[in-house]
Amino acid sequence: MAKAKAQAQAAGVPAFYVTEDEHAHSGGSTMLGFWLYLMSDCLVFAVLFATYGVLGRNYAAGPSGADLFDLRLVAVNTAMLLFSSITYGFAMLAMDKGRQAAMQGWLVVTGLFGLAFLSIELYEFAHFIREGATPMRSAFLSSFFTLVGTHGLHVTFGLIWLSVLMVQVSKRGLIEANRRRLLCLSMFWHFLDVVWIGVFTFVYLMGVLK
Amino acid sequence: MSSPQHHAEPHGAHGDDHVPHGSLSGYVTGFLLSVVLTAIPFWLVMNDVLGNATLTAIVIMAFAAVQIVVHMVYFLHMNGRSEGGWNMMGLIFTIVIVVIVLSGSLWVMYHLNSNMMPDMHRM
Repeated sequence: MAKAKAQAQAAGVPAFYVTEDEHAHSGGSTMLGFWLYLMSDCLVFAVLFATYGVLGRNYAAGPSGADLFDLRLVAVNTAMLLFSSITYGFAMLAMDKGRQAAMQGWLVVTGLFGLAFLSIELYEFAHFIREGATPMRSAFLSSFFTLVGTHGLHVTFGLIWLSVLMVQVSKRGLIEANRRRLLCLSMFWHFLDVVWIGVFTFVYLMGVLK
Repeated sequence: MSSPQHHAEPHGAHGDDHVPHGSLSGYVTGFLLSVVLTAIPFWLVMNDVLGNATLTAIVIMAFAAVQIVVHMVYFLHMNGRSEGGWNMMGLIFTIVIVVIVLSGSLWVMYHLNSNMMPDMHRM
Protein backbone atom coordinates (compact mmCIF):
# COMPACT_ATOMS: atom_id res chain seq x y z
CA MET A 1 0.00 0.00 0.00
CA ALA A 2 2.79 2.36 0.95
CA LYS A 3 4.51 1.59 -2.30
CA ALA A 4 1.38 2.29 -4.30
CA LYS A 5 0.87 5.55 -2.46
CA ALA A 6 4.46 6.54 -3.11
CA GLN A 7 4.04 5.78 -6.79
CA ALA A 8 0.84 7.76 -6.98
CA GLN A 9 2.43 10.69 -5.21
CA ALA A 10 5.43 10.49 -7.49
CA ALA A 11 3.03 10.79 -10.38
CA GLY A 12 1.65 13.93 -8.77
CA VAL A 13 -1.71 12.44 -7.82
CA PRO A 14 -2.53 12.17 -4.12
CA ALA A 15 -3.93 8.72 -3.27
CA PHE A 16 -6.66 8.59 -0.66
CA TYR A 17 -7.48 4.94 -1.17
CA VAL A 18 -5.71 1.66 -1.80
CA THR A 19 -4.83 1.89 -5.44
CA GLU A 20 -3.63 -1.71 -5.63
CA ASP A 21 -6.41 -4.11 -4.73
CA GLU A 22 -4.60 -6.59 -2.54
CA HIS A 23 -7.40 -9.12 -2.47
CA ALA A 24 -8.30 -9.26 -6.10
CA HIS A 25 -7.07 -12.87 -5.99
CA SER A 26 -9.77 -14.52 -3.93
CA GLY A 27 -9.12 -16.88 -1.06
CA GLY A 28 -5.70 -15.66 0.02
CA SER A 29 -6.68 -15.55 3.67
CA THR A 30 -9.56 -18.04 3.68
CA MET A 31 -7.57 -20.74 5.44
CA LEU A 32 -6.56 -18.42 8.27
CA GLY A 33 -10.11 -17.11 8.57
CA PHE A 34 -11.50 -20.62 8.70
CA TRP A 35 -8.93 -21.54 11.33
CA LEU A 36 -10.12 -18.59 13.44
CA TYR A 37 -13.71 -19.81 13.02
CA LEU A 38 -12.63 -23.23 14.29
CA MET A 39 -10.96 -21.61 17.28
CA SER A 40 -14.20 -19.78 18.14
CA ASP A 41 -16.07 -23.07 17.72
CA CYS A 42 -13.54 -24.49 20.16
CA LEU A 43 -14.71 -21.89 22.69
CA VAL A 44 -18.32 -22.98 22.18
CA PHE A 45 -17.30 -26.52 23.04
CA ALA A 46 -15.20 -25.29 25.99
CA VAL A 47 -18.32 -23.69 27.48
CA LEU A 48 -20.31 -26.88 26.98
CA PHE A 49 -17.50 -28.97 28.51
CA ALA A 50 -17.38 -26.59 31.49
CA THR A 51 -21.15 -26.90 31.92
CA TYR A 52 -20.88 -30.67 31.79
CA GLY A 53 -17.95 -30.56 34.22
CA VAL A 54 -20.04 -28.62 36.73
CA LEU A 55 -23.33 -30.51 36.28
CA GLY A 56 -22.05 -33.92 35.22
CA ARG A 57 -22.45 -35.53 38.64
CA ASN A 58 -25.86 -34.07 39.49
CA TYR A 59 -27.99 -37.13 38.81
CA ALA A 60 -31.15 -36.03 40.70
CA ALA A 61 -31.50 -39.66 41.83
CA GLY A 62 -31.65 -40.64 38.17
CA PRO A 63 -29.32 -42.84 36.15
CA SER A 64 -25.57 -42.07 36.18
CA GLY A 65 -23.03 -42.43 33.42
CA ALA A 66 -21.93 -45.75 34.86
CA ASP A 67 -25.52 -47.03 34.55
CA LEU A 68 -26.09 -45.77 31.02
CA PHE A 69 -22.90 -45.78 28.98
CA ASP A 70 -21.98 -48.82 26.94
CA LEU A 71 -18.26 -48.36 26.36
CA ARG A 72 -18.10 -50.99 23.60
CA LEU A 73 -20.56 -48.90 21.58
CA VAL A 74 -18.52 -45.75 22.28
CA ALA A 75 -15.34 -47.56 21.21
CA VAL A 76 -16.95 -48.53 17.89
CA ASN A 77 -18.16 -44.96 17.46
CA THR A 78 -14.69 -43.58 18.15
CA ALA A 79 -13.25 -45.99 15.59
CA MET A 80 -15.76 -44.76 12.97
CA LEU A 81 -14.70 -41.15 13.46
CA LEU A 82 -11.00 -42.06 13.45
CA PHE A 83 -11.39 -44.05 10.20
CA SER A 84 -13.26 -41.15 8.63
CA SER A 85 -10.37 -38.86 9.58
CA ILE A 86 -7.74 -40.96 7.83
CA THR A 87 -9.92 -41.53 4.75
CA TYR A 88 -10.43 -37.77 4.47
CA GLY A 89 -6.64 -37.47 4.67
CA PHE A 90 -6.34 -39.96 1.78
CA ALA A 91 -8.85 -37.87 -0.18
CA MET A 92 -6.66 -34.79 0.31
CA LEU A 93 -3.58 -36.72 -0.85
CA ALA A 94 -5.49 -37.81 -3.97
CA MET A 95 -6.51 -34.18 -4.52
CA ASP A 96 -2.87 -33.08 -4.36
CA LYS A 97 -2.08 -35.54 -7.14
CA GLY A 98 -5.08 -34.29 -9.13
CA ARG A 99 -6.75 -37.71 -9.10
CA GLN A 100 -10.36 -36.59 -8.97
CA ALA A 101 -12.02 -40.03 -9.15
CA ALA A 102 -9.88 -41.42 -6.33
CA MET A 103 -10.58 -38.35 -4.25
CA GLN A 104 -14.34 -38.66 -4.76
CA GLY A 105 -14.09 -42.33 -3.79
CA TRP A 106 -12.32 -41.51 -0.53
CA LEU A 107 -14.88 -38.76 0.17
CA VAL A 108 -17.68 -41.33 -0.23
CA VAL A 109 -15.91 -43.63 2.25
CA THR A 110 -15.45 -40.69 4.64
CA GLY A 111 -19.14 -39.84 4.34
CA LEU A 112 -20.15 -43.44 5.05
CA PHE A 113 -17.99 -43.57 8.19
CA GLY A 114 -19.47 -40.24 9.29
CA LEU A 115 -22.97 -41.59 8.66
CA ALA A 116 -22.16 -44.72 10.66
CA PHE A 117 -20.95 -42.53 13.53
CA LEU A 118 -24.16 -40.49 13.48
CA SER A 119 -26.38 -43.57 13.26
CA ILE A 120 -24.68 -45.18 16.26
CA GLU A 121 -24.98 -41.95 18.22
CA LEU A 122 -28.67 -41.57 17.38
CA TYR A 123 -29.25 -45.23 18.30
CA GLU A 124 -27.54 -44.56 21.64
CA PHE A 125 -29.66 -41.43 22.28
CA ALA A 126 -32.86 -43.27 21.36
CA HIS A 127 -31.87 -46.11 23.68
CA PHE A 128 -31.30 -43.67 26.58
CA ILE A 129 -34.60 -41.89 25.97
CA ARG A 130 -36.47 -45.19 25.79
CA GLU A 131 -35.06 -46.06 29.21
CA GLY A 132 -36.34 -42.75 30.61
CA ALA A 133 -32.94 -41.04 30.56
CA THR A 134 -34.22 -38.00 28.69
CA PRO A 135 -32.56 -34.56 28.69
CA MET A 136 -35.24 -33.47 31.18
CA ARG A 137 -34.38 -36.19 33.71
CA SER A 138 -31.41 -34.56 35.46
CA ALA A 139 -28.80 -31.83 35.12
CA PHE A 140 -26.30 -34.53 34.17
CA LEU A 141 -28.45 -35.67 31.26
CA SER A 142 -29.26 -32.10 30.14
CA SER A 143 -25.60 -31.21 29.90
CA PHE A 144 -24.74 -34.61 28.38
CA PHE A 145 -27.27 -34.29 25.55
CA THR A 146 -26.28 -30.67 24.92
CA LEU A 147 -22.56 -31.40 24.67
CA VAL A 148 -22.70 -34.66 22.73
CA GLY A 149 -25.66 -33.45 20.66
CA THR A 150 -23.81 -30.29 19.62
CA HIS A 151 -20.91 -32.41 18.44
CA GLY A 152 -23.33 -34.66 16.56
CA LEU A 153 -24.93 -31.61 14.97
CA HIS A 154 -21.49 -30.49 13.77
CA VAL A 155 -20.92 -33.91 12.21
CA THR A 156 -24.34 -33.66 10.53
CA PHE A 157 -23.48 -30.31 8.97
CA GLY A 158 -20.06 -31.67 8.01
CA LEU A 159 -21.81 -34.47 6.11
CA ILE A 160 -24.12 -32.01 4.33
CA TRP A 161 -21.09 -29.90 3.41
CA LEU A 162 -19.28 -33.02 2.20
CA SER A 163 -22.18 -34.00 -0.08
CA VAL A 164 -22.47 -30.50 -1.51
CA LEU A 165 -18.74 -30.38 -2.24
CA MET A 166 -18.85 -33.76 -3.97
CA VAL A 167 -21.54 -32.42 -6.29
CA GLN A 168 -19.49 -29.24 -6.84
CA VAL A 169 -16.39 -31.25 -7.74
CA SER A 170 -18.30 -33.55 -10.09
CA LYS A 171 -19.73 -30.50 -11.90
CA ARG A 172 -16.74 -28.14 -11.90
CA GLY A 173 -13.76 -30.41 -11.31
CA LEU A 174 -10.83 -29.70 -9.03
CA ILE A 175 -10.72 -25.97 -9.62
CA GLU A 176 -8.89 -23.67 -7.22
CA ALA A 177 -12.10 -22.67 -5.36
CA ASN A 178 -13.11 -26.29 -4.83
CA ARG A 179 -9.64 -27.22 -3.56
CA ARG A 180 -9.87 -24.39 -1.06
CA ARG A 181 -13.31 -25.53 0.10
CA LEU A 182 -12.14 -29.11 0.45
CA LEU A 183 -9.19 -27.97 2.57
CA CYS A 184 -11.56 -26.00 4.82
CA LEU A 185 -13.79 -29.03 5.25
CA SER A 186 -10.66 -31.07 5.96
CA MET A 187 -9.82 -28.80 8.88
CA PHE A 188 -13.45 -28.89 10.06
CA TRP A 189 -13.58 -32.68 9.92
CA HIS A 190 -10.29 -33.23 11.76
CA PHE A 191 -11.31 -30.60 14.29
CA LEU A 192 -14.47 -32.57 15.08
CA ASP A 193 -12.29 -35.60 15.71
CA VAL A 194 -10.22 -33.54 18.17
CA VAL A 195 -13.38 -32.50 20.02
CA TRP A 196 -14.49 -36.13 20.11
CA ILE A 197 -11.25 -37.03 21.96
CA GLY A 198 -12.42 -34.68 24.71
CA VAL A 199 -15.94 -36.15 24.63
CA PHE A 200 -14.98 -39.80 24.93
CA THR A 201 -12.38 -39.05 27.62
CA PHE A 202 -14.28 -36.60 29.82
CA VAL A 203 -17.84 -37.77 29.28
CA TYR A 204 -17.77 -41.47 28.58
CA LEU A 205 -14.59 -42.88 30.14
CA MET A 206 -14.58 -40.63 33.21
CA GLY A 207 -18.37 -40.99 33.52
CA VAL A 208 -17.98 -44.73 33.95
CA LEU A 209 -15.23 -44.39 36.58
CA LYS A 210 -16.66 -44.58 40.08
CA MET B 1 6.35 -12.16 18.57
CA SER B 2 10.03 -12.86 18.70
CA SER B 3 11.03 -12.47 15.07
CA PRO B 4 8.77 -9.81 13.62
CA GLN B 5 10.59 -9.18 10.36
CA HIS B 6 11.51 -12.71 9.40
CA HIS B 7 8.54 -13.82 7.43
CA ALA B 8 7.14 -10.57 6.23
CA GLU B 9 5.83 -11.99 2.99
CA PRO B 10 6.45 -10.16 -0.23
CA HIS B 11 3.24 -8.91 -1.81
CA GLY B 12 1.25 -11.64 -3.47
CA ALA B 13 3.21 -14.51 -1.99
CA HIS B 14 0.28 -15.69 0.09
CA GLY B 15 -2.22 -17.82 -1.70
CA ASP B 16 0.04 -20.40 -3.26
CA ASP B 17 2.57 -21.78 -0.81
CA HIS B 18 0.78 -21.54 2.53
CA VAL B 19 -1.03 -24.84 2.79
CA PRO B 20 0.99 -27.75 4.14
CA HIS B 21 -0.81 -30.74 2.69
CA GLY B 22 0.78 -33.56 4.62
CA SER B 23 2.01 -36.84 3.28
CA LEU B 24 0.88 -40.44 3.24
CA SER B 25 3.41 -41.40 5.91
CA GLY B 26 2.26 -38.45 8.04
CA TYR B 27 -1.39 -39.49 7.90
CA VAL B 28 -0.60 -43.15 8.56
CA THR B 29 1.70 -42.29 11.49
CA GLY B 30 -0.96 -40.03 12.97
CA PHE B 31 -3.64 -42.69 12.50
CA LEU B 32 -1.59 -45.46 14.13
CA LEU B 33 -0.64 -43.22 17.06
CA SER B 34 -4.32 -42.25 17.48
CA VAL B 35 -5.42 -45.88 17.48
CA VAL B 36 -2.91 -46.74 20.22
CA LEU B 37 -3.70 -43.58 22.22
CA THR B 38 -7.44 -44.35 22.00
CA ALA B 39 -7.21 -48.08 22.69
CA ILE B 40 -5.13 -47.78 25.86
CA PRO B 41 -7.57 -45.48 27.77
CA PHE B 42 -10.54 -47.67 26.77
CA TRP B 43 -8.64 -50.76 27.90
CA LEU B 44 -7.65 -49.10 31.20
CA VAL B 45 -11.24 -48.15 32.00
CA MET B 46 -13.10 -51.20 30.66
CA ASN B 47 -10.89 -53.70 32.49
CA ASP B 48 -10.22 -51.49 35.52
CA VAL B 49 -6.52 -52.20 35.09
CA LEU B 50 -5.18 -49.66 37.59
CA GLY B 51 -7.81 -50.36 40.27
CA ASN B 52 -7.88 -46.68 41.31
CA ALA B 53 -10.39 -44.24 39.81
CA THR B 54 -8.38 -41.06 40.46
CA LEU B 55 -5.18 -42.49 39.03
CA THR B 56 -7.08 -43.84 35.99
CA ALA B 57 -8.69 -40.42 35.42
CA ILE B 58 -5.30 -38.68 35.48
CA VAL B 59 -3.76 -41.24 33.13
CA ILE B 60 -6.58 -41.12 30.55
CA MET B 61 -6.54 -37.30 30.61
CA ALA B 62 -2.82 -37.42 29.86
CA PHE B 63 -3.52 -39.79 26.94
CA ALA B 64 -6.23 -37.41 25.65
CA ALA B 65 -3.82 -34.46 25.80
CA VAL B 66 -1.17 -36.37 23.85
CA GLN B 67 -3.72 -37.54 21.28
CA ILE B 68 -4.97 -33.99 20.74
CA VAL B 69 -1.40 -32.91 19.99
CA VAL B 70 -1.00 -35.88 17.61
CA HIS B 71 -4.17 -34.87 15.74
CA MET B 72 -3.06 -31.23 15.60
CA VAL B 73 0.32 -32.13 14.13
CA TYR B 74 -0.48 -35.02 11.77
CA PHE B 75 -4.06 -34.25 10.67
CA LEU B 76 -4.42 -30.47 11.05
CA HIS B 77 -0.75 -29.88 10.08
CA MET B 78 -0.20 -27.34 12.82
CA ASN B 79 3.21 -25.76 13.11
CA GLY B 80 4.64 -22.41 14.05
CA ARG B 81 5.10 -21.34 10.42
CA SER B 82 1.68 -21.83 8.80
CA GLU B 83 0.02 -18.52 7.85
CA GLY B 84 3.09 -16.68 9.09
CA GLY B 85 2.58 -17.93 12.65
CA TRP B 86 -0.98 -16.58 13.00
CA ASN B 87 -2.49 -20.06 13.16
CA MET B 88 -0.32 -20.78 16.18
CA MET B 89 -1.14 -17.41 17.78
CA GLY B 90 -4.87 -18.12 17.42
CA LEU B 91 -4.42 -21.58 18.86
CA ILE B 92 -2.41 -20.37 21.86
CA PHE B 93 -5.00 -17.66 22.57
CA THR B 94 -7.80 -20.24 22.36
CA ILE B 95 -5.99 -22.65 24.66
CA VAL B 96 -5.50 -19.89 27.25
CA ILE B 97 -9.22 -19.03 27.15
CA VAL B 98 -10.27 -22.69 27.27
CA VAL B 99 -8.06 -23.35 30.30
CA ILE B 100 -9.46 -20.28 32.09
CA VAL B 101 -13.07 -21.23 31.29
CA LEU B 102 -12.68 -24.88 32.31
CA SER B 103 -10.53 -24.52 35.42
CA GLY B 104 -12.36 -21.37 36.53
CA SER B 105 -15.82 -22.94 36.20
CA LEU B 106 -14.86 -26.16 37.95
CA TRP B 107 -13.01 -24.37 40.75
CA VAL B 108 -15.70 -21.77 41.43
CA MET B 109 -18.62 -24.17 41.22
CA TYR B 110 -16.87 -26.79 43.35
CA HIS B 111 -16.45 -24.25 46.14
CA LEU B 112 -19.95 -22.89 45.59
CA ASN B 113 -21.30 -26.34 46.27
CA SER B 114 -19.35 -26.83 49.47
CA ASN B 115 -19.70 -23.27 50.76
CA MET B 116 -23.32 -22.44 50.01
CA MET B 117 -25.02 -25.59 51.19
CA PRO B 118 -23.46 -26.48 54.54
CA ASP B 119 -26.46 -28.52 55.67
CA MET B 120 -26.64 -30.65 52.57
CA HIS B 121 -25.17 -33.71 54.28
CA ARG B 122 -27.29 -33.43 57.40
CA MET B 123 -30.58 -33.41 55.51
